[in-house]
Amino acid sequence: MYHKTLPYRIFSIINYTFLAIVAILCLLPMLHLLMVSFSSQAPANAGLVKFWPIGFTLEAYAKTFDNANFLSSLWVSVERTVLGTALAMVVNTAAAYALSKESRTFRARNIYLWYFVVTMLFSGGLIPGYILILKLGLMNTLAALILPGLVTVYNIILLLNFFRNVPKDLEEAAFIDGAGYLRTFISVYLPISLPAIATVSLFIMVGHWNAYFDGLIYIKESEKLPLASFMQTIIVQADMTKFDPTVVQNLSQRTIRASQIFIGALPILLVYPFLQRYFVKGIVIGAVKE
Amino acid sequence: MEMNTTQQRTLNTGSQRLTKSRNKSTWILHLMVLPAVILAFIFSYLPMSGIIMAFQDYKAALGITGSPWVGLKHFQYMFQNEYFLQITWNTLFFACSKIIMNLVIPFIFALLLNEVRHMGFKRSIQTFVYLPHFLSWVTLGGILIDMLAQTGIINQFLTSVFGIKPIFFLGDGNWFRFTIIFSDVWKEFGFNTIIFLAALAGINPALYEAAEVDGAGRFKQTLYITIPSLIPITIVVATLALGNVLNANFDQIFNLYNPLIYQQGDIIDTFVYREGLLTGQFSFATAVSLFKSVISLVLIVISYRLAYKFAGYRIF
Repeated sequence: MYHKTLPYRIFSIINYTFLAIVAILCLLPMLHLLMVSFSSQAPANAGLVKFWPIGFTLEAYAKTFDNANFLSSLWVSVERTVLGTALAMVVNTAAAYALSKESRTFRARNIYLWYFVVTMLFSGGLIPGYILILKLGLMNTLAALILPGLVTVYNIILLLNFFRNVPKDLEEAAFIDGAGYLRTFISVYLPISLPAIATVSLFIMVGHWNAYFDGLIYIKESEKLPLASFMQTIIVQADMTKFDPTVVQNLSQRTIRASQIFIGALPILLVYPFLQRYFVKGIVIGAVKE
Repeated sequence: MEMNTTQQRTLNTGSQRLTKSRNKSTWILHLMVLPAVILAFIFSYLPMSGIIMAFQDYKAALGITGSPWVGLKHFQYMFQNEYFLQITWNTLFFACSKIIMNLVIPFIFALLLNEVRHMGFKRSIQTFVYLPHFLSWVTLGGILIDMLAQTGIINQFLTSVFGIKPIFFLGDGNWFRFTIIFSDVWKEFGFNTIIFLAALAGINPALYEAAEVDGAGRFKQTLYITIPSLIPITIVVATLALGNVLNANFDQIFNLYNPLIYQQGDIIDTFVYREGLLTGQFSFATAVSLFKSVISLVLIVISYRLAYKFAGYRIF
């Protein structure tokens, strides 16, 4: 009934307008940057570009893709994201499936769970981690970017909570048909858990794509830097002496910087609409329980 | 009779097979956990043993086994260091402000979004406000540095509309603090509303119907049904946040700060990075991060206990 009262209608109009403005404010920074990247150098440097390009040109993108460092970084990031996500999914889903069994059937379950939860609560910190990578001889390798973060206990818990909601009868039926645990996991649990698996793998992909800090400390050769670390050095850090000065001169132009930021964020912007469908459900399963 | 025994026999073998399947050997389950166990051992447990560096004067050439022991020297130095007190205060200030803002604003936003009856509109709003969460602080750092510059679009706007002098957002300590808190809220408020929206969806509609019969308007319904229904989940979020008061978001500050505002902007994690990896004081940096880890551990355990006690929250 309240929907029809005048005060509520006035409230609704104000509310809709307010929410629309807030939503637009979340997009404007990206839009502004996109427009800067499409504009020509002079108006962009003079700060004239707002939310429409001035002197439309794709020159910044051409220069960005002409840069060998940028391209090699892009490749490292793609490699890291694909490999890292695939490996992480194998390791984490397998562990989550085993840990989703009752402790009556899988007696060691609780011991394993605590073993993992401890790593969530306490860590050695930055320096011991760094020394470990150094000692293992993983400096300047892709493994230094993938292996340390492969086991994510949060994701294991998310997946195991999901696996637990799969009806037990399905597993019984598979067992009667002669399947073992491994077979049941692959042929029954994985196909039925696709939404959860999609959510978690997309989270891991985004994580890999956005990760910059490990690249910054573990990778010393500029052609092996992942894109996010490369951008961090070029765009954010004032100290650019690490790299070839001519490259830096080219990159310090505002439009090129904008185009790089935009290309760096592009894969996220592309997968985001697909990811968005799943993740709300995935997170709610992981977070809100009775 | 004969039929019956045959049936009986099949039933028996059937149930035997069932029991057997329930008691399937679990070695394969151990095998499935094994890779994760090994990786966690190497990359989580081995570094934990590295914290003994905090009690040594670690020299790379001597290693952990050969470096001289110095007891609590680094901890003494840490607590006598005025700058350390400053960054601890900074960390607490940033973390607490963010925790409060990231609780209050998503709460209000979820209430407002809950009043939207047009599903298409609601979903588009959600899509837009979740987006910044998925962009990295490197990307957002780049964008913010550009937009917040003296000649950037935000200062241009402020100058032309309000006629004030350009604000040095990232170079002035107090403005830097404001920028950090505000940009964090901007990035995360949408994503943080998810949990409140989930709780809102779980409220029994009969409560609203009853209230309406009793003559309660929408405002009263919100006040007496919606808000009380959100209290348990709010308590869970708030208590779990307690474990994070020594994490003020390294990524954000690292990508936005500069030497000009170290005094007001430095946090424990950025300090550990600079002292440890840039200056090479491995032992001192490890001592600082050990201090942080221990306090955090205590807080996390307390917060999980409280969340369980007040709202029955468990993680698995």
